[in-house]
Amino acid sequence: MTEAALQLIDVHKSFGHAKIIQGLNLEVAKGERHAIIGPNGAGKSTCFNLISGRFRPTSGRILLNGKEVGGKPAFEVNRLGLSRSFQVSNIFANMTVRENVRCSLLYSQGHGYAFWRNVGSSRELQEKTAWVLERVGLIDKAHTPAALLSYADQRTLEIAMTIAGDADVILLDEPTAGMSHSETEYAVELIRKATEGKTLVIVEHDMGVVFGLADRISVLVYGEIIATGKPEEIRGDPKVRSAYLGDDAEALTLGGAA
Amino acid sequence: MTTNMTTLAPSASEKFTQRALPFILFALLLIVIPFIGVSRGTLTLFNHIGINIVFALSYNMLLGRAGLLSFGHAVYLGLGGYFCVHILNWIADADGSGFWGNVPVFSLPIFGFAMGALAGAIIGWPSCRRAGTAFAMISLGVAELMSTAAFMFDSLFGGEMGISGDRMSGPKFFGLSMGPIEQVYYFIAFWTLVGTVAMYAFTRTPLGRLSEATRDNAERVQFIGYDPTRVRYLVFIFAGAFAGMAGGMSAVQDEIFTPDSLSLIPSGAILIATYIGGIRFFAGPIFGAILMTYMGSNLSDYTAGWLLYLGLMFISVVLFVPDGIAGLVFGFWRGIRSPGRYALIGKWITQILGLALVATSVIVVVEVAYRWSDGYGDVFAPFGFDLPHNGALTWVIGTLPLLAGILILRRVKRTESEA
Ligand SMILES: Nc1ncnc2c1ncn2[C@@H]1O[C@H](COP(=O)(O)OP(=O)(O)OP(=O)(O)O)[C@@H](O)[C@H]1O
Ligand SMILES: [Mg+2]
Repeated sequence: MTEAALQLIDVHKSFGHAKIIQGLNLEVAKGERHAIIGPNGAGKSTCFNLISGRFRPTSGRILLNGKEVGGKPAFEVNRLGLSRSFQVSNIFANMTVRENVRCSLLYSQGHGYAFWRNVGSSRELQEKTAWVLERVGLIDKAHTPAALLSYADQRTLEIAMTIAGDADVILLDEPTAGMSHSETEYAVELIRKATEGKTLVIVEHDMGVVFGLADRISVLVYGEIIATGKPEEIRGDPKVRSAYLGDDAEALTLGGAA
Repeated sequence: MTTNMTTLAPSASEKFTQRALPFILFALLLIVIPFIGVSRGTLTLFNHIGINIVFALSYNMLLGRAGLLSFGHAVYLGLGGYFCVHILNWIADADGSGFWGNVPVFSLPIFGFAMGALAGAIIGWPSCRRAGTAFAMISLGVAELMSTAAFMFDSLFGGEMGISGDRMSGPKFFGLSMGPIEQVYYFIAFWTLVGTVAMYAFTRTPLGRLSEATRDNAERVQFIGYDPTRVRYLVFIFAGAFAGMAGGMSAVQDEIFTPDSLSLIPSGAILIATYIGGIRFFAGPIFGAILMTYMGSNLSDYTAGWLLYLGLMFISVVLFVPDGIAGLVFGFWRGIRSPGRYALIGKWITQILGLALVATSVIVVVEVAYRWSDGYGDVFAPFGFDLPHNGALTWVIGTLPLLAGILILRRVKRTESEA
């Protein structure tokens, strides 16, 4: 039996008295594309923050490839092969696009905290940087300061930085939020290609994206997963439909039709 | 700009003109300076400029590159310098035998570097856990602590008089006795170049890049696999090391260190020099160090109010020219090569005129007020023209150009934002 890429066992998280995550159980198999959906404020980003080491769980266990990572600092979790993107772009604003990607590659390329090497002299590093930029379509903007990029390009850079290192588990927090229709399509293709052979966990509000991309879907409501299953199972689940009232239920149907 | 598509790296010729050429020119300049017939006093000034260039660049490793505001960077220069003055004495005492007897004075900046690194490693351990305000406050506390401690431990720091040494002791290095000022000049020039090249190279290392990434977004650094605290700590050690190297240069040039060298005053001075030079450019601190050292040694001969002018200049730079001298220089260089150069030149001339008007009033007011308040009855008389504090003309010159200058500068600003 192969172990899960990611496993959450009865994870709880409270901020003061606010119990935001209440007994989360989730298992994502290796190579699976897993979507987490749920209404605003359900705790999806908090869940990512717990997995990626930004927050420490109040209780429960989080296993990455069978290794306990709950409560480890974020940089250690990253080194164990997990990389994440942020709902709000979180980039190195004063550095160029190329420099952003190059920095994201340093650790996986084995540079550590080196102060005896020139970043320009590693051919592999240059080539991998160019390859990532080519792949996400930012190569023409390689020398643009990240702060001057358009919103959609900043989102793309966010994805580029996340997939750059060789992490085998990728968490994307609403990667297409705020993108136009065509930008979204482009981003989805990019995500599909870039995460081939990797494990992907994605939080998304766009049901078209969710149903188009995910192998399995979990529905998170008030800090609990109320349903997990294949897209068609989720679509027909009455509990899910009642959690999504009005417009969102509509979206669920539309997403299913798409 | 041509780029190699497979690597995006600049071409070899671009690398040469952008990276190697400036250093080659800098080296040539340093070599020829003594041949243009400068006086001893001027050479001493150049030596202090060299020391401050290394010091300011090391400070900018923190402020500009890592985004760490330190109020106590002189501590590392001071400790490196003190160590080197002690070494000067050990070399003299060893009288040619043993380890110290064989250490040439020329190599002292290496020892300063090591001492600065050690001090950075010890003091940085607690200080680098936090960035931002906490880091700044800790650096302030450390500076106070160290300079107070220096006054207490006489045997190490020599009390108020400090300790002094003799740079002419020890073995000669390439025939240099280090006695004549020209030889000290070449010593300083050599280490200035070494420090500048090394600190530039540092910006291009993985650690150097990570320090910028940590400045921009310490949180994200964690999610690319690095510990921002560790990045800051390592950068801090290097910044301390290069400051210590400047201390070693200073120990040889001045042959004395006093506890004041560890205090907040030189720390504040290097902050101002670095900022005025421009913290966003590698060359910024070099410009700042040159200007500030020059002003410090020359302007003080002309006017007792020079610190006041320095303060005004600092505030103006913070408010109006946040990219400092380097920003102006590179902006000028870009401007005169752009198609709109004539319009730009017109704008610059107008701005200089506005600035000159403002400066005229400010200088008149400061100088008149200063002479009036010190009660010696001196009258400010620029170009033999009396401006007494109760003369109507004095106050006309003290106000009208100021108003006119501000109006001109604001007008330029407004047309700029409309364009
Ligand atoms: N650091 C924090 N301190 C206190 N409360 C927090 C913190 N982070 C999140 N919360 C709260 O936790 C709840 C869940 O937030 P979270 O960001 O995880 O929701 P989400 O499912 O990602 O929502 P959205 O779809 O809007 O992104 C919210 O009520 C939020 O206010
Ligand atoms: Mg969220």
